[in-house]
Amino acid sequence: MESINLNQSISKNADFIQRIGEESGQPVQKCYQCGKCTAGCPVAFAMDYTPNQVIRMVQLGMKDELLKSNTIWICASCSTCSTRCPCNVEVAHVMESLRIMAGRSGTAPAGKAKYVEIMYNALLSTVEKYGRTYEVGLVLQNNLRSGKLFNGADMGMPMLQKGKLKLSPSKVKGAAEIARIFSEVRKMEGGVK
Amino acid sequence: MRYAYFPGCSSHGTGKEYESSTQAVAKKLGMELVEIPDWSCCGATAAHGKSHLLNVALPARNLAIAEDMGLDTLTTGCAACYQQLANANKEMTENKEIKEKINKITGKEYKGTLKVKSLVEAIGTVDQELLKSNIVKPLSGLRVAAYYGCLLVRPPQITGFDDPENPMFMDNMMKLAGAEALDWAHKTECCGASLGVSNLGIAVKLINKILKGVIASGADCVVVACPFCHLNLDWHQKSVNKQLGTSYEMPVFYFTELLGLAMGINQDELGLKTHFTDTQKILSKVG
Ligand code: SF4
Ligand code: SF4
Repeated sequence: MESINLNQSISKNADFIQRIGEESGQPVQKCYQCGKCTAGCPVAFAMDYTPNQVIRMVQLGMKDELLKSNTIWICASCSTCSTRCPCNVEVAHVMESLRIMAGRSGTAPAGKAKYVEIMYNALLSTVEKYGRTYEVGLVLQNNLRSGKLFNGADMGMPMLQKGKLKLSPSKVKGAAEIARIFSEVRKMEGGVK
Repeated sequence: MRYAYFPGCSSHGTGKEYESSTQAVAKKLGMELVEIPDWSCCGATAAHGKSHLLNVALPARNLAIAEDMGLDTLTTGCAACYQQLANANKEMTENKEIKEKINKITGKEYKGTLKVKSLVEAIGTVDQELLKSNIVKPLSGLRVAAYYGCLLVRPPQITGFDDPENPMFMDNMMKLAGAEALDWAHKTECCGASLGVSNLGIAVKLINKILKGVIASGADCVVVACPFCHLNLDWHQKSVNKQLGTSYEMPVFYFTELLGLAMGINQDELGLKTHFTDTQKILSKVG
């Protein structure tokens, strides 16, 4: 990380700091960097910034770095951090708000983070189409989009043999209602690809 | 007792043993699980990575349909669906503005009268005498590590019915079924959830940590209450062995399967034969 001018960063990104606070509903300014969130985070080892660093970076208005980080996508939403924070900062909610903001701003995640976004999109597009998750379609789409065509394929055979993969999707009768949900949300807030 | 029942998308696929064992156990206990008509996906982890409104609206459609059934409690076996539904329920009952917005999006009027319970809670809170009287083949000698994972117990603001760091409800149920429930350290560690699909390389490390903990506790098997935990611990056990050079052969059961066995329900009805990791060796121990 390059050195930053704190006063400049905070005043330049005051909007961002406020918005993350509002959208996540979390008192991010209360964090005193005890590190408990990071100590309990199961995936901190794979993150570019640890959870406590993320909160500090929000306090400092480091918007660009955060929206580009893999952390916000790798976070497994396990809420261990939120449960343990002595200042009642639900860190998982902050991660979520950053993820949503990154999606809306069109910041393309890279590396491991990219695979998470691809999976989210694959899942939501099956839901939008069928109203339910269709596991085979999900895996295929996911593999096609991520270019890892045979990911899980060696595992897929035993799954088929055990009768655990349904080969045709089940579509809900109210599929039009689901499509409506997606289109209304797009109208209200945009950002759902 | 009648419940509005949300099966969840995995119930006919990867989680089918959970579904069949749930139905069998519920029948024994006289719990009527009435499937929510035309239920749809709760949005799982994906919706809350993409949009706050979508994340509430997808489960809210189901809440509205369930409320129209005239029942007061909704239950679901999947921990991820449970959390999505409980979260939407909380947001909509506590925040009028959100409720109005979401009802507009779904085109359905959810008033906010439902209680959302996980299946473990629903089964665990039936009359204890009734539960006990149904245990006809106690699982004597079976040592289990009850694994809760994340979504059933955290964050407590949403789940709030047991200790988020040391939950006991599944342990207690297993004791009631005659098994020995062991103390162990990784009860609520995360299995990686959907990272098992998107980034298996990260997930195997998390799964390995949990399985290591199970072995250290001396348990014969793991018991879970979530199809995703099951998928990661059972199906991906092979991936862990392959990628990390381990040699786990740890059976992973749904709590409803073990409860069903103790109730004398046969293995085929429970779905015990479609696991990826062998279940038969350990089950011969309990006859
Ligand atoms: S646990 Fe809370 S106070 Fe401690 S570093 Fe994390 S966010 Fe800050
Ligand atoms: S919610 Fe995300 S940041 Fe918090 S402990 Fe879990 S994985 Fe780490």
